[in-house]
Amino acid sequence: MILTEPRVRRDDFTARTGWHFEPEGACRGDLCVSLPEAPGEWLDAAVLSERLRMPLIHDEAAGLWGLGPESLGRVLQTAEAPDLTLPDWKGEPFALSSLRGSKVLLLAWASW
Amino acid sequence: MWQELREELHPKGLEVVTVALDLKGVETAGRWIEAAAPRHPSLIDRAHTVDELFGVVNVPNGVWIDEQGVIVRPAEPAFPRRAAFRDRPRPQPQDLDPYQAEVLQEARRIRTQPERYTEALQDWAERGPDSPFALTPDEVLSRSGERGADRSRAAAHFELAQHLWREGRETEAVPHFRAARRLQPANWTYKRQAWVLANRFQAPTDVFEGDWLSDVRAIGAENYYPKLDMPEPTA
Repeated sequence: MILTEPRVRRDDFTARTGWHFEPEGACRGDLCVSLPEAPGEWLDAAVLSERLRMPLIHDEAAGLWGLGPESLGRVLQTAEAPDLTLPDWKGEPFALSSLRGSKVLLLAWASW
Repeated sequence: MWQELREELHPKGLEVVTVALDLKGVETAGRWIEAAAPRHPSLIDRAHTVDELFGVVNVPNGVWIDEQGVIVRPAEPAFPRRAAFRDRPRPQPQDLDPYQAEVLQEARRIRTQPERYTEALQDWAERGPDSPFALTPDEVLSRSGERGADRSRAAAHFELAQHLWREGRETEAVPHFRAARRLQPANWTYKRQAWVLANRFQAPTDVFEGDWLSDVRAIGAENYYPKLDMPEPTA
């Protein structure tokens, strides 16, 4: 995710990555990774980077940080589908989770 | 493209959700969606979030998700009855850019398996967890692909690149696009998204390294999409 300072709001982090916070640490699916201290509203990007093995790339000239996805072995740590919300082509937000109860073929394509 | 199959499988409890991975959003993807007039959700992913969350590295790619929200097949090549690029408007020979003509020639060598894919999808729509094409959670995780440090770094650079480009800071975006390709050369969505920003045919430019034709020829067109890892269809 894109950061303008080397810290991130806890709720934004969870919404973007699916990692949420439990007494055990940062969790997704059955996996929990311990953190040095219980997180407050803001999370230190360097701590997340180190504990979750997320690359933190600082583009100094641009004044931005890029916090990449965890590198813990596999792309998916759980078979539970990420809670994805994207705009439809008319601009209305659509949550994948609204289709619970249906089978879904999620189909990625591109105009290029 | 997927509309016909969707109409056939929707009564069996399957919905299609398309996601356009396009930095320029509806500006580039909109006319295709409008022409298809889909009745299913047609989403726009200007930040390629789906690449990162589901491990998509090329298009078209499909992910199967069951009624409980559990992935039963991770990202893999997905084809409707005809591959999309075969249905795109065919330019007349006299209109063809020489590079584009070579691309079309090479694209004919790409392996697509539309019958295999749609048969499997139909089977799953009808039989759900009893379908041999529905995988266990362990198989899903194992097939979702490895993500080590380089692949994660590629994702971070690609996100920075797109963000900067969308803000009109194109010169600053370029080194990040280049880093993404260097760190994860097998990710076609990263490369193609970058190339098309500099040249609509994804031909060589001074801006980015590589181009569609050279990169495809380097691996062999037959390897552009991995072969579907599926059991033989049941009779």
